[in-house]
Amino acid sequence: MDNIKIQSVNLNAWFGTKQALKDINLSIKANAITAIIGPSGCGKSTFIRTLNRMHELTPTAKMSGQILLDSQNIYDPIVDPVMIRRRVGMVFQKPNPFPTMSIYDNVAAGLKLTGARKDKNLDEVVKYSLQQATLWDEVKDDLKKPGTSISGGQQQRLCIARAIALQPEVILMDEPTSALDPIASAKIERLVVELKKNYTVAIVTHNMQQASRVSDYTAFMYLGNLIEFGSTKDIFESPKNQLTERYITGEFG
Amino acid sequence: MIKLTGDNIFKVLVAVIAASAIVILLLNTYVLITGSANVFATSGFGFISGRNWNFDIPSFGVLPAILGTLITSGIALLVGVPLSLGIAIFIVEMAPRAIRVPFSYLVEMLAAVPSVIYGLWGMLVLRFWVLDYIETPLNTHLGWFPLFSGTPTGYGFLTAGLILAIMIIPTVASVSREVISAVPNSIREAAYGIGATKWEVIRHWVLSYGRSGIFGAIILGLGRAIGETMAVTMVIGNASGASGMPVSLFQTGQTLPSLIAGGFFDSQTALLSSAYIGAGLVLLAISLLINVAAHVMMTRVLKVKGGAVE
Repeated sequence: MDNIKIQSVNLNAWFGTKQALKDINLSIKANAITAIIGPSGCGKSTFIRTLNRMHELTPTAKMSGQILLDSQNIYDPIVDPVMIRRRVGMVFQKPNPFPTMSIYDNVAAGLKLTGARKDKNLDEVVKYSLQQATLWDEVKDDLKKPGTSISGGQQQRLCIARAIALQPEVILMDEPTSALDPIASAKIERLVVELKKNYTVAIVTHNMQQASRVSDYTAFMYLGNLIEFGSTKDIFESPKNQLTERYITGEFG
Repeated sequence: MIKLTGDNIFKVLVAVIAASAIVILLLNTYVLITGSANVFATSGFGFISGRNWNFDIPSFGVLPAILGTLITSGIALLVGVPLSLGIAIFIVEMAPRAIRVPFSYLVEMLAAVPSVIYGLWGMLVLRFWVLDYIETPLNTHLGWFPLFSGTPTGYGFLTAGLILAIMIIPTVASVSREVISAVPNSIREAAYGIGATKWEVIRHWVLSYGRSGIFGAIILGLGRAIGETMAVTMVIGNASGASGMPVSLFQTGQTLPSLIAGGFFDSQTALLSSAYIGAGLVLLAISLLINVAAHVMMTRVLKVKGGAVE
């Protein structure tokens, strides 16, 4: 397993006194899709939120251990979390476009923060990002409309475009289709597969079919522990751990 | 015939109570209009545009007091709103949980302080701070500038405005705090997710999302500032008539409420008391006008554009 993009080393995380992650060592490969599955409360969302330092925004949240992004520990005191979040983008469970901004500005917002003004280049980045998110054709005439005026599935693709606009290296997705209907979900899934050409993707899902359809690697977590990690094929066809087997066969979850 | 069920009785009762709010407003207005008919008949529009307050001629005009009201309220907003927003942002976005609740409670306690106490404090303490640290230096070095001209005494528009600024803080801060807490966390997370700093999240997202609510909070504060009587009367110096026509921030003057409070009970003639009632009518009109204007602004400007404007 060469070519590791982002990696957790002895990662523990807590909310208050409750431990949410226990000694997680997991490596995510570049330009691949890694799915993180497990029953509710197993820590999978907490895990990916440690990968771009979103975890620490929750009051009472603590962590120990390291996250290495290109072998640099992102929790090193000299590292600015803002820079990490630009390199490691995130798509959330519920589509959350900025309601006070137009579709255009939703995509451009991150770049404007970095100082890019409204120039030709910005227009191109917005167009490119919306194309990458397979949303351009549906919204190209409505760029001035509010980001919340489109359908839920379109909003989620808008959120993906918003992340892409910053040209991140990694895109984290926290159950990106759980609030969407099956058709919208299928579109997002196809998009996720497209994204791995240019980005490293980690996707949290509690939909096992989704994990098996889109991912190259799968991690199974349970009660804050990483139970098993391997190629998606291995995990789903010949799991080594009994817990994994019971989970993917739907015995519990 | 409506049946006398409990529900129906309750419905009528609530309707009557609700209507009483409107009736009180109408009665108020009626009393002010009939009471001031005398002075309007004598002075006409001059009552609003005039500067004199003279019992002998007699000639009555409330322009200095109108301007005094607007100036002191303006200072109150200019100083009080940033402070209140700072407090609200601190409480919601930054304060550790342990001090969040006691701190908001303390801020709201400011509203429980009777206004006469603010007035006393203004006369005994704030007045001298303003005189020594703001008025005297500005007057010494920039006295040629009309706003800073005159002979500073510590009494006047500036001190009154600053007292009002403090008095509107609990209102503006606690309403803004509610508004800011109501901003969905998903918006904050999305903004952090694209690499926004805390300052950027607050400035571009939290305040932008909550702007119509914050605007409402400011209007509530303005309402309080315009109507505040006791504390203002105690520190504004109550210069009556043309001498209260504002030129400098440091000069003494009047607001509409302080004018009424300061003189009404000594009014000897029917015309004079009618003039004070007229000042009350103007004050009510200004308050209503600002509320209506604010409402229009809130629905037209903020909401319509609210969908898609940065």
